[in-house]
Amino acid sequence: MTPPIGEIWVYLSASPLLGLTITLLAYQAAHALYLRSGQHPLANPVLIAVAILAGLLGLTGTSYETYFDGAQFVHFLLGPATVALAVPLYTQFRRVRSMLLPISAGLLAGSTTAIVSAVLIARLFDASTATQASLAPKSVTTPIAMGIAERIGGLPSLTAVLVIFTGVLGAIIGGKVFALIRIDDPAIRGFSLGVASHGIGTARAFQINEQMGAFAALAMGLNGLLTALLLPGIADWLLK
Amino acid sequence: MLAALSLLLLCQLIGEVLVRWLALPVPGPVAGMLLLFLILLLRDGPDEELRTTSQNLLKHLSLLFVPAGTGIVLHLNRVGDEWLALLLSLLLSTVLTLAVTAGVMQLCQRLTRKDAA
Repeated sequence: MTPPIGEIWVYLSASPLLGLTITLLAYQAAHALYLRSGQHPLANPVLIAVAILAGLLGLTGTSYETYFDGAQFVHFLLGPATVALAVPLYTQFRRVRSMLLPISAGLLAGSTTAIVSAVLIARLFDASTATQASLAPKSVTTPIAMGIAERIGGLPSLTAVLVIFTGVLGAIIGGKVFALIRIDDPAIRGFSLGVASHGIGTARAFQINEQMGAFAALAMGLNGLLTALLLPGIADWLLK
Repeated sequence: MLAALSLLLLCQLIGEVLVRWLALPVPGPVAGMLLLFLILLLRDGPDEELRTTSQNLLKHLSLLFVPAGTGIVLHLNRVGDEWLALLLSLLLSTVLTLAVTAGVMQLCQRLTRKDAA
């Protein structure tokens, strides 16, 4: 005798298997679409996968906590993947060493611009203080950004989402911005993508070429570091 | 693959411990990345296994952001109320950050090249 479908659903919704499987399937579908579009930046795989999953959760009335029970296994790999960025960084080390001045100046300027402009623009459009604080660390990689948001009165889980969307936006518009201001050097392009849009910019950069990816990875690490040092100090002054 | 994966996890673990022990403002994985970088400098680069494993892990870096991004379902109300401020802030700030970083770097590189010439 086959059990009623409701019973099967009860099993599936209590097990991490389903959350993990749909995450991988949604991403593969999104990635296939991205490839078919000729890697068009607008077909960003993170954006499409998130849209598919959010839709599925809404349709089935599944809570994010239940979904995350399964998805956490994918989320966990962010840690070792961040460590692995040391490898491309090492292969580009000579070029990095020859660009110390542009890297430091670009990092300082970019990091401050990311924080201050996000907060001021949000305030201009009457965003609440909690939203402004959640936006401030939006250009740095998820775990750092969430930690900072917590310290300065933002909502860590909202920050995580804003960080992802910043990454997606940077990956989408990066090429256009660089073309507009005539930046061709893949090292500069990569580094700027890493400062503005952390790991997702880095993922996009690696798809274009390895040098660009390595510089994006370097920028992501450095900007995470600088923002963690800088932002708690200026938050009181910046957030009103 | 196992040895390389263990090395990555070990670096992350030492990173997490160091960060907590010394109360550093950096997350553990970033400290782990710096640690692995130092190891690579000392060992004159990654072996074949570490190279392939990290390449495979980084090939689908985007996938790893999907679970956190799906967290948007927790904030639909706030996003609905403040969508214009959020959208403009993210969009304009990202464009500005990209342009300022790239512009400053290009300028510095030109200046230093002139010095060298």
